[in-house]
Amino acid sequence: MKEFFSFIRKEFRHIFRDRRTILIVLVMPIVQIILFGFAVSTEVHDARVDIVGDTGDPSVRQMVERIDRNPYLNVAAVYESVTEVAERFRAGKSDVAVCFERDFDERLHHYGKASVRVLGDGSDPNTAQMIVNYVNGVLSAVQGDLSATGGPQMASSPHVQYMYNPAVLSSYNFVPGVMGLILMLVCSMMTAISIVREKESGTMELLLVSPIRPMGVIISKAIPYLALSLVNLVTILLLSRFVLGVPLRGSLFLLSVVSVLFILASLGIGLLISVISSTQKTALLISGMGLTMPTMIFSGIIFPCESMPVILQYVSDIIPAKWYIIMVKKVMIEGVGFGYIYPEFLILLLMTVFLLVVSVRLFKRRL
Amino acid sequence: MNETENIIIVDKLTKKFGDFTAVDHISFEVHRGEIFGFLGANGAGKTTAMKILCGLSLPTSGGGTVNGYDLCREQEKIKRHIGYMSQKFSLYADLKVWENIRLFGGIYGLSGKRIRQKSDEMLHYLNMTDLRDELVGDLPLGWKQKLAFSIALIHQPAIVFLDEPTGGVDPETRRLFWDLICETAEGGTTIFVTTHYMDEAEYCDRVSIMVDGVIADLDSPAALKQHYQATDMDTVFRKLAYQAKRE
Repeated sequence: MKEFFSFIRKEFRHIFRDRRTILIVLVMPIVQIILFGFAVSTEVHDARVDIVGDTGDPSVRQMVERIDRNPYLNVAAVYESVTEVAERFRAGKSDVAVCFERDFDERLHHYGKASVRVLGDGSDPNTAQMIVNYVNGVLSAVQGDLSATGGPQMASSPHVQYMYNPAVLSSYNFVPGVMGLILMLVCSMMTAISIVREKESGTMELLLVSPIRPMGVIISKAIPYLALSLVNLVTILLLSRFVLGVPLRGSLFLLSVVSVLFILASLGIGLLISVISSTQKTALLISGMGLTMPTMIFSGIIFPCESMPVILQYVSDIIPAKWYIIMVKKVMIEGVGFGYIYPEFLILLLMTVFLLVVSVRLFKRRL
Repeated sequence: MNETENIIIVDKLTKKFGDFTAVDHISFEVHRGEIFGFLGANGAGKTTAMKILCGLSLPTSGGGTVNGYDLCREQEKIKRHIGYMSQKFSLYADLKVWENIRLFGGIYGLSGKRIRQKSDEMLHYLNMTDLRDELVGDLPLGWKQKLAFSIALIHQPAIVFLDEPTGGVDPETRRLFWDLICETAEGGTTIFVTTHYMDEAEYCDRVSIMVDGVIADLDSPAALKQHYQATDMDTVFRKLAYQAKRE
């Protein structure tokens, strides 16, 4: 055991002596969370809404007020003719137009129904869809109020609500994604580099002729990075909770168990990389191009897996981060228990066991 | 125990990689307390043989003992009783002098008290007491090398393996390093050394020269020179290595 502790202490010394690395490893999660949380956001703020219709109409006025009060929407202009909308879109002065029928209030109260048309500028489909959804949300809220007070029905789109993310905040998607990315990066890349560095400097030989066993080398290499990743995990969770306002609805314990499993899988990958590469540069390149890139693209952080061609969906299935991110979303955002994530858990568990067994075997054989 | 007790006994040791026979039925003995030079051109098989002796790889056939432990079955015990230093003077450059000493003391299972005592002794002996808080990476090569050698001896091994310990070092530093090796051998530690410098072979008590996986000759430097009618070991080596068929 003493052999072990001397070795682990040495690994920590390596890490803390290398100020640049420690800075990168500890600061990177903070920067990424803040970047993804604020700068890289798919939400639309201050969308400009044009109102087409008669503002003297009481029901219309009520709705316009509601729209204007919404934090994501601003009423930009009010006019009476639909033909003006196209010109406003072309001039880039407006993002969406809400057109109320003539005599809206009267129809609503006499016939029990009145129609509203929502026109979006579709040149940027994602943004348009987002804004139209916001407007719909506001309109259905008004409708809900009306029905609740026994008032007349209004012909409108179905009542849409996002149960676990009512405001459709993109940070709900990015936080689990960044967690997956950071843990993978720290564990695999750092472990791989630290092992390859010993190969390069020749200290590995020294360790091999010493009584410390290869398994001992592997475990003592892994422990400091495990500790570091746990620090990262805590940092990310605190930031996402208190800075981005992403809730942690499920059990923290379950989330930790899932995360440790993923960390182990990443360590396995790191070990595998260290076996393949003989220089630190190669290790860095393999982790960068062969690991980070596919993880970014295929794990659903940026592009949803569901919208990929079938073949690429199969590719995405072999990325461990995908399964981890799915589980984190379920536990953090939906707050479900283990019963709802066991298929993903099982897949990740199998991957982890496979990676660890293969890499440890190869590692021992290459000695 | 008599004078010529053998610390290493190797009998028909063979290592094959596929069809290639790197080490071909070599047999020799190393006496306790001697400086044994293990020479050979690149690719002659000396690294492979040395790996087996250090317990890093298993022989294909044949066998032997190191310090009484079997090469095939007691690798872990061998590792506890040997010291090793390679041409890269591999210590951790980003750790301080005392941290390196402590690490290897710990790896070889020395107690904290023993490590402190040992490192004071060692630094005093090497005249490096003022340098204990320096990073090893900042030390001059000669110092690094002496430190690496002393650390290889921290657990007082019966035998220490030196794999080209003086590669890339200037002649003066090399001579000082060999003084250290000779002093250690006088203290009773067996030295098993590979080298490319034939002038260094003169320091050895006995020298073996490997050519194409077999031991071409083994004797004291003086006897070898007489046998091959040469004035120095370099000529002896060239005469023998000239027979080599594989590159």
